[in-house]
Amino acid sequence: MAKKSWFLPAILGIVAIALPPFLGGYFQHILILVMMWVAMATGWNLLGGYCGQASLGSAAFFGLGAYGAGMLYLHWGISPWWGVIAGPLLAIVVAIPIGLVTFRLRGGYFVLSMLAVCETIRIIFLNWVEMSAGPLGIVIERTWGMEKLPYYYMVLAIAALSLYVVYRLMKSKFGYYFVSIREDQDAAEGLGIPSTKYKMYALIPCAGIIGLAGAFYMNYMAFIEPNTVFPLIISATMILSVMLGGPGTFWGPALGATIFVLLSELLRAFAGPVIGTIHYLIFALILVLVIMFLPNGIAGEGDKIKRLFRGKKPVYVGGE
Amino acid sequence: MALFGQTIICGFLMGGVYAVIAIGMTLILGVMKIINIGHGHLMMVAMYVCFALFTSLGLHPYIAMFVAMPCLFGIGYLLQRYSIHRVRFVDTILPQTQVLLTLAIGLVFVEIIRVIFKSDFRSVYTPFSSKCLYIGDMSISLPQLISFGIAMAFVAGLHILLTRTDFGRSIRATAQDLDAAKYMGVDALRVSSLTFGLGMALAAAGGALLLPIFYLFPDIGVPFTIKALIITILGGAGSTVGALSGGLVFGMAESLGAVYWAPGYKDVVGFVIFLLVLLFMPGGLKTVIKR
Amino acid sequence: MAYLDINHVVRKFGGLVAVNDITVGLEQGEIFGLIGPNGSGKTTLFNTINNYYPANSGEIIFKGIPITRMSTHEICRLGIGRTFQVVKPLKRMTVLENVMAGAFLRTNSATKARDKALEIVDFCELMQRKDMPAKSLPIADKKRMEIARSLAGDPELILLDETAAGLNLKEIDAAMVIVKKIRDKGITCFVVEHVMKFLMGISDRVMCINFGAEIARGTPKEMSRHPEVIKAYLGEEYVKGK
Ligand SMILES: Nc1ncnc2c1ncn2[C@@H]1O[C@H](COP(=O)(O)OP(=O)(O)O)[C@@H](O)[C@H]1O
Ligand SMILES: [Mg+2]
Repeated sequence: MAKKSWFLPAILGIVAIALPPFLGGYFQHILILVMMWVAMATGWNLLGGYCGQASLGSAAFFGLGAYGAGMLYLHWGISPWWGVIAGPLLAIVVAIPIGLVTFRLRGGYFVLSMLAVCETIRIIFLNWVEMSAGPLGIVIERTWGMEKLPYYYMVLAIAALSLYVVYRLMKSKFGYYFVSIREDQDAAEGLGIPSTKYKMYALIPCAGIIGLAGAFYMNYMAFIEPNTVFPLIISATMILSVMLGGPGTFWGPALGATIFVLLSELLRAFAGPVIGTIHYLIFALILVLVIMFLPNGIAGEGDKIKRLFRGKKPVYVGGE
Repeated sequence: MALFGQTIICGFLMGGVYAVIAIGMTLILGVMKIINIGHGHLMMVAMYVCFALFTSLGLHPYIAMFVAMPCLFGIGYLLQRYSIHRVRFVDTILPQTQVLLTLAIGLVFVEIIRVIFKSDFRSVYTPFSSKCLYIGDMSISLPQLISFGIAMAFVAGLHILLTRTDFGRSIRATAQDLDAAKYMGVDALRVSSLTFGLGMALAAAGGALLLPIFYLFPDIGVPFTIKALIITILGGAGSTVGALSGGLVFGMAESLGAVYWAPGYKDVVGFVIFLLVLLFMPGGLKTVIKR
Repeated sequence: MAYLDINHVVRKFGGLVAVNDITVGLEQGEIFGLIGPNGSGKTTLFNTINNYYPANSGEIIFKGIPITRMSTHEICRLGIGRTFQVVKPLKRMTVLENVMAGAFLRTNSATKARDKALEIVDFCELMQRKDMPAKSLPIADKKRMEIARSLAGDPELILLDETAAGLNLKEIDAAMVIVKKIRDKGITCFVVEHVMKFLMGISDRVMCINFGAEIARGTPKEMSRHPEVIKAYLGEEYVKGK
């Protein structure tokens, strides 16, 4: 259902590959964050935006991905780069039973049950010290020291992969079924769509993509602890990025994530020194305003805006 | 045996306070049909109001709550009237816009509090904070007992409000059948705004009652939102009596879990109960499970 | 044994018995009509057939396979399609995408699903509408799109719930033509209808229920003269009609 246009992605791809070597370390760092959030927002959008199962606990997959990588090193001294396999795998293995239970709930109950799941996992990782090193967290040696560029290309690949996966899924039977479930679960069941099964099919790549971003985070930041990888704010940021850019659209989440990272870095740089955590407050206010006034995001309302500019009237005939 | 008895009593007392918070959530759920994810966050705001009154004027939380409750009532009223209600009929791609909005509003309050009070842990130490009563070998914390007593007074008061007054009747009518209530001349927006205010005031009361027995920091809200929801589900969505019994059962289960399993996992106990109910008792959860 | 066997099915909502001990058998290839006043339990009977609401007791057998305990989507895969009285379009998807969602039941390839959907959209005379979002269709087309969506999954039996309700006379005629065309494809039709003209024109057999229980059964002609039916249902309608 994504539009068939190769021009924009090609230009974006070339810029994304060719530009960063000419940038300073700080800007490379920002681009790394952009790509990480692009991947996460795109993953969240698959389950939340396309399949309609907005989850408030997706930080669970991020944290599991990060710990999947970190625990390899902690217990066996294995390079956390293997985490790019172990992290998503752990996230998916945990996601499956979670989905089987929480998908029995609908609407707000589902939203909140995912939050409960995430909190539970955070508490387990805080308390089960033999497994996770608890609140002390896990520290690793960074492969490339202070150099940023290799990390950038790594995370660029992850972002590109997640976009590709979602693109392919949405063009196939899966995409049609996901959107059908979002639009009307009863009608979907009546068309022979096993809704729980297909929600699982949306959840698994979603958890895998977010887990992959988590595994990258472990390698890049070189330090994790439960309260930094499982907090509500990470889930909320995924939601904000998606809602800002446009839920249920292909480029929307990536756009939203980019705007979000750039904005929060700006705020951190300028407002941070004055009032420590004010950028979080502004972030939360933006989330409120977006939900209230732009609930379908920039891309979602963009069709309307475009139509206005072209001077064409909407093709709608009847209406509800 | 003394340990067991003490654990049960302690959980029971705590459960009474949980019940007040959960009743706030149940009311909102019943009338507005949404889950207020900002519930715990706004409770936290009330706790900071009490905390500020305690440090500046030396007001005990049990007195300060009568300032915090009207504050939160007002905040809740305005939020529903001018924010949450507005997105109710907007046709959006993501379902659950209202629920996500309550989350966002909650986060705004958390961050306002963080800017003002920083992330530090706070607590309120009152003269009888550590006083205990003894029954045989069992010791019972006095502030918990008092908090429980006040909580029960609120539950009783609320029950009277809901069953004996016109306002209470319009709340119950709206919860049962919105359209019918509208035909009967109920102003749905007014009722839902007042209900949201009332729910927030109850959360404020619960928060204030927790203050003498708990510490305080800006992120304290999330677990309480989850607890309130689990209690709501245990008791049957929309039922105040259910929320009361759900709260008491939940408090005891949590307390047993903390003592006999591990204190760190206290907050997981509720979730395990939730899971078990979900898996093995779906009949009791008709209202929340699909079909 | 009949093609679709409904044996002593009961469905209650609290104290209300919405479907009360209905027993009926449908033959392959026929158009079977079900009439009854509003609230008599017609939709609920459909809902028990494809298990939106499980039957409290009784048994439903399709092609010799008991389906009473099967889940909704399995029943659909087995070959029972349906439409909804209160239409349930997949609102933000276009008409063609709606029908494709149905067509994916029998194929995994998007190209094949598209071809199939185009064929069905054409069959249901929705070609001009195919790229419109479903939510902006007029009601008659929404109903027709529901039929198309269901047909795309190659059902052998289709349950049509009040296809003509809310349509004008011209639209009703068009809908009748489509139902006949569906039967001519060899698909058995179980039609619930409130608009008498519709059923009388097309059905082979008609059953009338009231308060969830059967009160009469026969050919359309017999039904229109049946005193019980007139009393329960046609009576007031006729009075109003004049
Ligand atoms: N989900 C439901 N919950 C409670 N009662 C219902 C439900 N669905 C239908 N009913 C009741 O069952 C009876 C039959 O309804 P229905 O099958 O829709 O009638 P019909 O389609 O013949 O108009 C009605 O009295 C209706 O109020
Ligand atoms: Mg009906």
